[in-house]
Amino acid sequence: MGTNITTLAIGFGVPVVLIDISDDALIAARKTIKQKVRHAQLLGTLPPDRVQGELVTSTSLDDVADSTTVIEAVVEIPEAKQKVLSAVSAIVSPGTTLISNTSCISIDEMAAWVTRPDELVGVHFMNPSYMIKMVEVIKGTKTSEATLERVIRLLADLGRESLVINNSTGFVINRLLHPLINTAAMLVDEGVASAEVVDGLLEGCLGHSTGPLRTGDLIGLDNLVDSLWVLYNARGDESCKPCNGLLQKVQEGNLGRKSGRGFYDYGKVAS
Amino acid sequence: MTTDQTTAALTAEAIEDALLAFLAERIKTEVAADQDLFKSGLVSSMFAMQLVVHLEETYDIAIIGPDLKLDNFRTVKAMTSLVHRVRDADDA
Repeated sequence: MGTNITTLAIGFGVPVVLIDISDDALIAARKTIKQKVRHAQLLGTLPPDRVQGELVTSTSLDDVADSTTVIEAVVEIPEAKQKVLSAVSAIVSPGTTLISNTSCISIDEMAAWVTRPDELVGVHFMNPSYMIKMVEVIKGTKTSEATLERVIRLLADLGRESLVINNSTGFVINRLLHPLINTAAMLVDEGVASAEVVDGLLEGCLGHSTGPLRTGDLIGLDNLVDSLWVLYNARGDESCKPCNGLLQKVQEGNLGRKSGRGFYDYGKVAS
Repeated sequence: MTTDQTTAALTAEAIEDALLAFLAERIKTEVAADQDLFKSGLVSSMFAMQLVVHLEETYDIAIIGPDLKLDNFRTVKAMTSLVHRVRDADDA
C-alpha cells in the first residue's frame, strides 16, 4: 500500500519521503510507483497539469523527522507496526499528524505505542488508492478533533472523501469484507464453485464491482491472512480464521496480483 | 512478436489482427475490432495497463502524455490508430 499512497500523493503534487527496509525494496518501489502513476494517468484519476511531487527514498526512519504528516503502512503485524510507530513518534515534532494505514489493528491499541496519542489517527486507504475516492477514517478514543480536522483536510487536498468511524478492530470495511473473502475461498476449497463462479455470482447478482476473490488478489493474500488472524485473535469469530486454501496459496507464494498469481493468473505484467 | 513488426511498415490490418489474437488469448473471448472493451466489461482498468505495456513492447513505442488515456485503448481500432500515430511521430 505504500506505493499506492505514494502514487496518490505525488500525483497530487505532494512531496513524499518513502522509507523501506532495504535499497532493493526501494528500487522495486520506485519502479512500481512509476507504473502506478502511468496507470493513474491512463485512467485520468490525477489532476491534469499538476506538477508531480518530489519522491525521496530512504532506508532511515530519521529522514521523516521534518515531515508534516507521517503515514505508517507496514505489514499488518502488531509487533512490526509498534516498532515503526514508536520510533516515528519519538522523531517527529509535536503537531505532526501520525496516520496509520491499518486495515484491522485497533487505533486504541496503537495509541499506547506513541508519545502523543491525540495526534494519531487511522486512515484506511482503499486499493488502488489513486482510483478509489472514498477512505475510511478511524477516530481513536484519544484522537483529538484538531487531528481529525487536519487529516480530513489533507485527504481532501488529495482528492479523497472521508467517512469517519469510531475505533473497532477491523473497523467497518474489513469486519465485513475479510470474512466474506475467507468464506469465498472456503467455497472454492470445498469444490462448491470455482473462483470465477463465486465472483460472478457476487458481481452479477449482488452488484459488487469486483468479486471477493479478485478483491483478495488485489489486497494481497499474505496481507489478507495477516489481517484475518488479527480479527480472529481479537474477536474469536470462526469466519475470520484463514481457511486452508488461503494459507496454502500464501505458502506457495501465490499472493495475488503482486506475484502474478492468486485465485487468478495475471500474466507477466503486475498491475 | 517478430522483429519484422517493429521494423517494417505495418498495415492497420496486421496490427488489428495481432491485437485481436492477443486479446483472444488473454481474455479467452473473441472480440470485434470496434467493440468497447471496457463498456462491455470484458477487461478491467487494471488490464488496460497491460495493454499499454503490450503495445509499447510489441511496437517499440512510448505511450506518454496526452496519448496515455483510456479512450485510446477502448477498442482494437483505437489502439491500432494510436500505434500508427505514435510510430509516425517517432519516424518524423
